[in-house]
Amino acid sequence: MRNIFLFIRRYFTFLSFLLLQAASLWFLFTYNRFHRAKGLGVANEMSGFFNSNYNMAEDFFTMREENRRVHKMNDSLLNRMPTNFVIADTSVRLVTDSIPNDTLGRVRHFIWRDAQVMYNTVNSEKNYLQINKGSSNGVRDEMGVFSSDGSLVGKVINVSPNFSQVMSLLHVQNKASVLVKKTGHAGIISWDAKDPRFLLLNNIPKSDSIAMGDTIITGNYSISIPPGMMVGRVAEIIQDNTTNFYVLKIRTGANFQSLQQVFVVENLQYDEQTKLLEETRKKVDDPKRNTR
Amino acid sequence: MSDLIRNIIRFSIFILLQVYVLNKIPHLHKFIVPSLYYLFILWLPFSVPRMALLVIGFLTGITLDVFMMTPGLHAAACVLIAYLRPFIINVLAPKDASGFSYREPSPKALGWTPYLVYTLILTLFHHGYIVLLEWLSFGSIWHFLGKVIATTGISMLLIITTELLFPRRMKFRTNTA
Repeated sequence: MRNIFLFIRRYFTFLSFLLLQAASLWFLFTYNRFHRAKGLGVANEMSGFFNSNYNMAEDFFTMREENRRVHKMNDSLLNRMPTNFVIADTSVRLVTDSIPNDTLGRVRHFIWRDAQVMYNTVNSEKNYLQINKGSSNGVRDEMGVFSSDGSLVGKVINVSPNFSQVMSLLHVQNKASVLVKKTGHAGIISWDAKDPRFLLLNNIPKSDSIAMGDTIITGNYSISIPPGMMVGRVAEIIQDNTTNFYVLKIRTGANFQSLQQVFVVENLQYDEQTKLLEETRKKVDDPKRNTR
Repeated sequence: MSDLIRNIIRFSIFILLQVYVLNKIPHLHKFIVPSLYYLFILWLPFSVPRMALLVIGFLTGITLDVFMMTPGLHAAACVLIAYLRPFIINVLAPKDASGFSYREPSPKALGWTPYLVYTLILTLFHHGYIVLLEWLSFGSIWHFLGKVIATTGISMLLIITTELLFPRRMKFRTNTA
């Protein structure tokens, strides 16, 4: 017993070194596995305080560029106003009702909230954004995030009361399902951590005719991301002779280096859809029902 | 100014500089992110006990991690260099002096060459460890080696610039004081 105490006293510094190393590595690897650590909510609020102060200063310098972009977005929305359209062959004007639940039986599925980017990097292998809307504003995990000109940016992975962390598309663990607009084929978009301007798109069969500049849009099969939004354009077609699939280099629609304003998209039927999914899974995998 | 206050101010400056300047500047080439914050650990006074060094290293790393959203990554590297620091200082310190005549490691206290060796070794360990941890989940061996060498080069350049631009005014410690 005495020898053990002597041993501990002799190597105390080394043992505490090992202990601190173990603690750091544990933080690191659990964070990567579950995408988030629960204790990080508090830390999130703290870094959020500094980031919002820094952001106020930074905004001043990027105002003009951001203003131009918002103006362009506004412009495109104004053009969609129903008052701009007249049906040519009758004298009746098309009027669209803007109440969310109107007489035609349309139900609002997605709701968009604006948020400001507090912190953003592009030069790491795992890039995250911090935005100034949190659980008290109704932001929850898994919500989609879009840039001010409507291109996909990422998804929310961690929320604190006033801030949330967003995993950007520029993250080596990020996977998103997308479509080629022209052919309607679905593929998986990922990032190879080489250049923050380009993403990689796999799984598009070579039977498709893909040309440079083809538009890539968000897929139909995501619960949290609205379909048909811009992701990027094909910038390079890499011939891979070993498979029957293209590897496409996609230039991102959003400019990740100058993100200032973003939209967080909430699916109003998210709970219902995920619950149905869970229950289906439970029903199929239930050992009692599934006796062969 | 007491050592404690001086180091608290230094700590905040290094962390803010790292988070809001060095991580924000447009990247030079693929993923070479200049990093300088760990110079705080290299500049700690000689008199800090080894145990305290480890704890300070851990806190420095975890503070940066909170901002960078990589919990544990920089903390692990900082604890490593905080642990290695006393060994390297012991090897490089001038042998003839009975104690250290200056308060903290600097080109003046150790001499330019030993000081640069000291920073180079710890920089290599710091970046090597960080890139290794990132590499475990991602990347190839050439990516790993290239990144370690490139980031070390940039960091050494930054450290030398800092030493030349901000020579720390340090009193020579005498018996009378």
